[in-house]
Amino acid sequence: MLLIFVFLLSILLGIELITKVPSQLHTPLMSGSNAISGITIVGALLALNHLENDLLSTIIGTAAVIFATINVVGGYVVTNRMLAMFKKKGENKQ
Amino acid sequence: MILSKELIDFGYIVAAMLFIFGLKMLNKPDTARQGNLVSFFGMLIAIVVTLFAGKLDYKWILIGITIGSAIGLLFATKVQMTAMPEMVALFNGFGGLASVLVGFIAFHQDNGAPIATAIPIFLAVLIGGVCFSGSCIAYGKLAGKVTGKPVLYPGQQIVNTLILLALIGLGVFFVVTGNVQYKYNTIYEIIGLALVLGVLSVIAIGGADMPVVISLLNSYSGLAACAAGFVIGNNVLIVSGALVGASGIILTNVMCKAMNRSLANVLFGGFGAVTTKKSGPGEKKEAKAVSVSDAYLVLEAARNVVVVPGYGMAVAQAQHTVRELGDLLEENGAEVRYAIHPVAGRMPGHMNVLLAEANVPYEQLFEMDDVNPIMSTVDVCIVIGANDVVNPAAREDESSPIYGMPIINVDEASTVFVLKRSMNPGFAGIENPLFFKDNTRMIFGDAKATIQSLVSEFKES
Repeated sequence: MLLIFVFLLSILLGIELITKVPSQLHTPLMSGSNAISGITIVGALLALNHLENDLLSTIIGTAAVIFATINVVGGYVVTNRMLAMFKKKGENKQ
Repeated sequence: MILSKELIDFGYIVAAMLFIFGLKMLNKPDTARQGNLVSFFGMLIAIVVTLFAGKLDYKWILIGITIGSAIGLLFATKVQMTAMPEMVALFNGFGGLASVLVGFIAFHQDNGAPIATAIPIFLAVLIGGVCFSGSCIAYGKLAGKVTGKPVLYPGQQIVNTLILLALIGLGVFFVVTGNVQYKYNTIYEIIGLALVLGVLSVIAIGGADMPVVISLLNSYSGLAACAAGFVIGNNVLIVSGALVGASGIILTNVMCKAMNRSLANVLFGGFGAVTTKKSGPGEKKEAKAVSVSDAYLVLEAARNVVVVPGYGMAVAQAQHTVRELGDLLEENGAEVRYAIHPVAGRMPGHMNVLLAEANVPYEQLFEMDDVNPIMSTVDVCIVIGANDVVNPAAREDESSPIYGMPIINVDEASTVFVLKRSMNPGFAGIENPLFFKDNTRMIFGDAKATIQSLVSEFKES
């Protein structure tokens, strides 16, 4: 029940946060939040525990870590690359 | 070393807070980049504390993280800015796939899980599966590997509905059955059907509707991570997943509003395939073409210029040349604005990123609602590779399929230049009365080449 409570509060918080993002930042917002959805990597890491370790768990767990890491690393790096391009007038042009 | 549960939970709380602050900082162009770093730092904390959560299989973790980081870095640093939409779609799909796998392992390691765990396992593999295969198709469409046209067949909606119903049925069975073998069979079937559903639902969507679909898939990847969080009872997954889920839904809603369509209409409408009929108003008007040198003379005299880019600018890779022309116009004493429609391009904010890449300062980028009120004071409006988002039929012609969609009112400017390859209708296949207006002049040819010639005209004078 507590988890559902946390879930609902987070949804409301998300709505509150995102509604204020101007449309020119929509792409970085998408790819930045997309990187956050890679948080599932925590679940993937926890799945690779010794206790219940059989071959299938290890293979699928490693695959999960790989895909989640691609999501995290790729997502943050791409977002950073994009945001680095947003410049004010008069800022150094490359 | 193993950290206590309290310490790990504290790390997760810090991570969740950093995600929230990071997203908040994305509100402003000035702080957005730091915001992304803050969010990344949160992710790092969440990962590091997890590594101390118990005895984990560090060898495989190291292998997984190394491979994943290498692939992620390679993709993210090599990708062209114009290929950004498909890259984001692909990363998004991988997140969904990871959630499917996490859900499956949770089931595999504890087959007799109670209902409170079985339900989120079902949701994680379902949403994650749809997200993965849907994102792959979206990637294919955006990269031009799958046709950008909606793929439609009779009974499509019925098929999709049946698959969804079957999935719900299987889900209920998966949750209630006590037989482990049945459970395994069912979860395989659920994953398989979810993948099919993702393919079928995205393949039916046209390229112009991609911003909506990308936003929706973004939301799915968050919700899948959230479901995975319920499976393993982990707060940080729930909070972050919900934040992403909410953000995706908000964006989806913004995109739908910008097209004046409901989400159901986008998902089931098969827009663009059925609208080839012409609602011709009797008289056949002719579009007036103009040469580059004549266009130059008009631009040279203009004091107030608005540039309206669309997907065609991305295709022609014309953003740098466009900026060069904008700079020359400014040197010539004109005020230059770039007006960007919310659904221009193939993902939310697509044009902003391209123009930012070309070093256009963000103060010069204007949203539709800010630029429309001053449109009647504009001397020249240059439409580059945009079509439906400037189509006055959305305002005037009630029979038009895009009637009611908010557009940039370029036709109110004194002169409109439309850069276009040919007279073919745009993506949605709708006739555009803008081309036939008295103040509109067509400049046919490749957008980049046309602007390049305009730039040379300016430089030679």
